[in-house]
Amino acid sequence: MAFEIPVEKWTAAVSALTIGAAEADGGTRTSTVTVGGETTLPFLGFEGDTPNRPAIAMEVLDVPPPNYPEPLSAAFGDAVNDPAVWAKRCVEEFGADMVCLRLAGAHPDQENKSAEDCAQAVKSVLGAVGVPLIIWGCGQPDKDNEIMPRCSEVAAGENCLLGTATEDNYKTITAACMADGHKLITEAPIDINIQKQANILVSEMGLDLSRIVMFQATGGLGYGMEYAYSIMERTRLAALGGDRMLAMPMLSVVGPEAWKAKEARSPEEAAPEWGAAEERGVSWETTTATCFLNGGTDILVMWHPRAVALLRKTIDSLMGEEA
Amino acid sequence: MGLTGLDIFKQLPKTNCGDCGVPTCLAFAMKLAQKQASLDQCPHVSEEATAALSGAAAPPIKLITVGADERKLEVGNETVLFRHEETFYHPTGIAVAVDAALPEAELSARIKAIGDVSFERVGQTLTLNAVALKGEGEAFVKAAALAAQQSAVPLILVNEDPAVMGEALKACAGKRPLIYAATAENVDAMAALSKEHNCPLAVRGSDLSSLADLSEKAQAAGAADLVLDSGAREPAAVLANETAIRRAALRKRFRPLGFPTIVFTDGADPLEETQQAATYIAKYAGIVVINNMEPWELLTLVTVRQNIYTDPQKPIQIEEGLYEIGSPDESSPVLVTTNFSLTYFTVEGDVEASRVPAWVVVVDTEGTSVLTAWAAEKFTAEIIAEKVKAFDVASKVNHRKLVIPGHVAVLSGKLEDELSQEWKIVVGPRESSGIPTFLRTSWEA
Repeated sequence: MAFEIPVEKWTAAVSALTIGAAEADGGTRTSTVTVGGETTLPFLGFEGDTPNRPAIAMEVLDVPPPNYPEPLSAAFGDAVNDPAVWAKRCVEEFGADMVCLRLAGAHPDQENKSAEDCAQAVKSVLGAVGVPLIIWGCGQPDKDNEIMPRCSEVAAGENCLLGTATEDNYKTITAACMADGHKLITEAPIDINIQKQANILVSEMGLDLSRIVMFQATGGLGYGMEYAYSIMERTRLAALGGDRMLAMPMLSVVGPEAWKAKEARSPEEAAPEWGAAEERGVSWETTTATCFLNGGTDILVMWHPRAVALLRKTIDSLMGEEA
Repeated sequence: MGLTGLDIFKQLPKTNCGDCGVPTCLAFAMKLAQKQASLDQCPHVSEEATAALSGAAAPPIKLITVGADERKLEVGNETVLFRHEETFYHPTGIAVAVDAALPEAELSARIKAIGDVSFERVGQTLTLNAVALKGEGEAFVKAAALAAQQSAVPLILVNEDPAVMGEALKACAGKRPLIYAATAENVDAMAALSKEHNCPLAVRGSDLSSLADLSEKAQAAGAADLVLDSGAREPAAVLANETAIRRAALRKRFRPLGFPTIVFTDGADPLEETQQAATYIAKYAGIVVINNMEPWELLTLVTVRQNIYTDPQKPIQIEEGLYEIGSPDESSPVLVTTNFSLTYFTVEGDVEASRVPAWVVVVDTEGTSVLTAWAAEKFTAEIIAEKVKAFDVASKVNHRKLVIPGHVAVLSGKLEDELSQEWKIVVGPRESSGIPTFLRTSWEA
């Protein structure tokens, strides 16, 4: 019997977008990353194309991370004291496609670093690595409005990805993004309607839809993973069904969320029945990421180098590119 | 995808005799469509119509039971492609491969270990579901007998020689193992064994067309309960096939593929295997067979399964009560939150991160988060006050300060009134992520 695979007739594609600008395009990046462009659900080659591999960004902070679990401290050592050194290790040793610089130190509850300090961190990371950069604020809206324009400005022309614009706080970062030729992350908390609203608001300011990446909040495995997973599935179905306001690539912040879980971070002494701590954390982080790959994510922000390596292999295998 | 009333009406005698208890055939058809009547109430319906209608009424993916005891595994009977459309009903069975050639003591220990695996998460007990016994000849039959005798965990018998399988099935009488597998070479003999021993049968094709063929052959030969293996082992191909099978069953009602699936990981490395199995759990596998038993691998996979199979309409809840985080004493802070598992576990994680031991009053809000519960009046001053009294929080601490989520700061005054002004309400951070800073800097007993 000749079995015919039931194929869905999607009417639209996810928009594709490139992060990073090489010299010819007015930047100094030695590599760029293009994501999106899917014309089917994740990795269904029989139905459509996944023209670009999901990209792996490694997160670097502008301040040494507090409470890093042992496997992460062991992996990065002293590099965490200098974002440029840290970023260089991520790219040269661990093969990150991108670096995600999170300006956690700017948060008023942290070191309350100034816009100028943050801009310096951006410049030093741009100087240290050739891959594209994601520049992520501290999450405190007023403070982000203070630091992001300056960070955007010092990276002008580098075609970075800036985050984040929310429904309640989008004007400053969107204006900076447009002025300096960057791409923008819109953020909504596991809510497809708020996500859409945020996209509409930034596009009404004149930012082209093709310059947006969506971030719908991430739940770590065991701690809400399924909410983010289902929101991604719904968003991707909407995109393929022709909703232009939800047709952008999606991003997941995996590392910090996965390592929040006690299953990931408990030392072996605290939970001997769960087995080796490092493998457990790496498993927790990578598996969170793998679930989101199947939900349709395009950019994954990761922490542990072994999780990055394992995720790369997993992407190969889902793309059908196994060695 | 049930039949409409009109589809059913076409199959009825259209005599409006009323013998079914409903005045007209059309009205009866409508009741059938709404599942408020059953076809056997019509004494005049033709045999062809019965066959057509009961076929259409059968679930698009048959529910298959492996094993016979209280640990039996039920897979299939899924109704949607995406969990947000409804929910996934029968969680993927996780099976661990066991080599029948192991020395008896090792074999016995491994089978016992599979049965003993158990994790508590969010009030649920998460376990493994089957032993996939692989081997040849006499050793296989002996191992099957041992497994059947020693363990209540369902068995998957992996052997393609019908003669050996027949012996193994006799050794597992009454245990209803899954026979793996019928292939193009042995389908008639394996189907006969499935019928004779009343055991489910896995069929393995080399692609989806050959799988559909084998499924029909096995059914024609009397095997009614099937499990499908498309034969693919590389993740990209497995994902494509699992999706195609689920779509064919649900969207096309393609009967030969209307059964749950079984998938084998091909990774020897437990970390890689975990990624494959996670993909298969998310994407439709009825049973996934893994090769390793690292505790962290099992913990990861049962958690993926728990997340994916959580009903999106029924959030996981924890029991209400007074919870201890760290080892709180009489001067430790008291925090209030809801019983939505995600809310509670986020709070728990952030309190742990603060390294300040605390008491947490968990209020039953039917599994809703703080703002949702407040909006639905399930997290009111009256309710919180009642719980603070019911859990006798006052006997645990020597201070009288109650920290409430920042999002419900508006409750402060009313709550102090409800607690007869004996407690002072402290407004905590709006987001749980603010708890560590709050407890370290703002909290004083």
